[in-house]
Amino acid sequence: MNGFYPIFKRELLAYFRSPVAYVFIIIFLAANAGCTFFIGNFYNSQQASLEIFFLFHPWLYLFLIPAVGMRLWSEERRSGTGELLLTFPVRLTTTVFAKYFAAWFFIGISLLLTFPMVWTVHFLGSPDNGPIITGYLGSFLMAGSYLAIASCTSALTKNQVISFILSVNICLILVLLGWGVLSDTLNTVFPVWISDFVGQFSFTTHFDAIRRGVVNLRDLIYFVSIIVIVLMLNVAVLESHKAS
Amino acid sequence: MIRVHSLSKNFNNLLAVDQVSFEVQRGEVLGFLGPNGAGKSTTMKMLTCFIPPSSGTAEICGFSILNNPLQVRSQIGYLPESAPSYDEMLVGEFLRFVAEIRGYSGRELNRRVSIVIEMTSLGDVKNQMIETLSKGFRQRTCLAQALIHDPPVLILDEPTDGLDPNQKHEVRSLIQNMSEERTILISTHILEEVDAVCTRAMIISEGRVVGYGTPDELLSQSLYRNSIIVSVNAEDHMQLMNDFNRLDFVYSVEHIPEKQQGLVTMRLYPENKNSIAPQLKHYLFSKNIPIEQFIVNRGRMDEVFRELTNEDRKTLRRQTGHFTDGKNLNLKDRQ
Repeated sequence: MNGFYPIFKRELLAYFRSPVAYVFIIIFLAANAGCTFFIGNFYNSQQASLEIFFLFHPWLYLFLIPAVGMRLWSEERRSGTGELLLTFPVRLTTTVFAKYFAAWFFIGISLLLTFPMVWTVHFLGSPDNGPIITGYLGSFLMAGSYLAIASCTSALTKNQVISFILSVNICLILVLLGWGVLSDTLNTVFPVWISDFVGQFSFTTHFDAIRRGVVNLRDLIYFVSIIVIVLMLNVAVLESHKAS
Repeated sequence: MIRVHSLSKNFNNLLAVDQVSFEVQRGEVLGFLGPNGAGKSTTMKMLTCFIPPSSGTAEICGFSILNNPLQVRSQIGYLPESAPSYDEMLVGEFLRFVAEIRGYSGRELNRRVSIVIEMTSLGDVKNQMIETLSKGFRQRTCLAQALIHDPPVLILDEPTDGLDPNQKHEVRSLIQNMSEERTILISTHILEEVDAVCTRAMIISEGRVVGYGTPDELLSQSLYRNSIIVSVNAEDHMQLMNDFNRLDFVYSVEHIPEKQQGLVTMRLYPENKNSIAPQLKHYLFSKNIPIEQFIVNRGRMDEVFRELTNEDRKTLRRQTGHFTDGKNLNLKDRQ
């Protein structure tokens, strides 16, 4: 893991040196509040819980996380700094994970900045803190999975826009697989186990359980394995780019 | 030291580097010459383990680029072609980042960063954002990055690209000062640089080595090798040219038009590119010819470079017999 910390630190610094970080945080917070209060009718639900708040995360992340991840590798390729970074005596896997964790850490900071929502529910009533904590944990893990995909697509191209569109589409598929409407449609044609099986690959299926306060090892393994597998794929993509 | 064994690289169907082999010892500076797209940068990228070779291998300080890429990289200081660095960082910050990656910390890190800042004269801009720097400073920032771990091997891809003449001079003397205890490979297409800093030069064209030797050995292939430019006070050049042509050590004489009245300038090509300065001097003194200018040319690197790298020109030369059977041709032309 030699070289992990300097790369992590530099990458995180790069976010805060550019206006992107601040724009992202503002949009992230505004979109969260907007979805919760206006689309989700938070007050009308008469519940002191963050269920509605977390309900929109898979959809919000669909656009916001690829926006964070799209520059990870394409920018290095475009500006030529990749040649510098990849000729330091550091393993490629370490570099990939260091950059990824910096971006994930940044998303974690943005997520923590939604703390006024926790205040709000505590002010309005006496919520159960269990689902709130697991909700944040699940949301963070899910964001990590989106980000791994964005990092991987970013390695495919030096064009950030293409990288963004690719990762949005891949993430969209993974969200839709667990979408109620799709499984209902599948159920009308196929036996139920088919839609269940397909749903197992979806972010939403696994996130729904966690945000309700049920932490299954299975769901945690799902997110962690998505992250690890996709990042290994990311390493392979970078290796193959070097060879051709 | 660097040891390269028949290194090749294919990009799809394009053969970018074709069976290149060479060695660079400690204390040597090898200049890598070649037209754009000749395969200089590709070779350097393979040596720094940025891209894998299609075949062949190389050893850096005894470590194979195929089996020990991490050890290889820790021995090398590398300046990539475009001198990339992170725009949003301060110069000092960037150098500290590189030092950290290279495994330094605390006081040792500070010491190394200040040494390279001193060496590359970056003191004035160390707190400036890299984005705001001029090309020369960016180039030097990236060079400083390559020196931070005091590497035994330096691979510098066009280190003086984009620098003004003063900065070029600084970088060249920096390279020369460092060359004693290091192995240095630089690429360039500034030919004067080869003579200025390299102990050995290699010319590559279309991925193949077409010339290799000390700068002087390469210069000896030049048509201008040991040719002498003589300017004398005279009104007419015909008589002098005929006289010079009769000398047995002179192969041919070329008249160079002169702007100044009363001055005749000629270039004398020696027989077999021999050194003829003493004989010629002797002749001029014995004939009491007043000399205004007497310049011995060691050869022209640009001409050797063009000869070796330009196929079309070689063919043209063979067809017209230009210069090669020159004595008569030259005289006929002039008369």
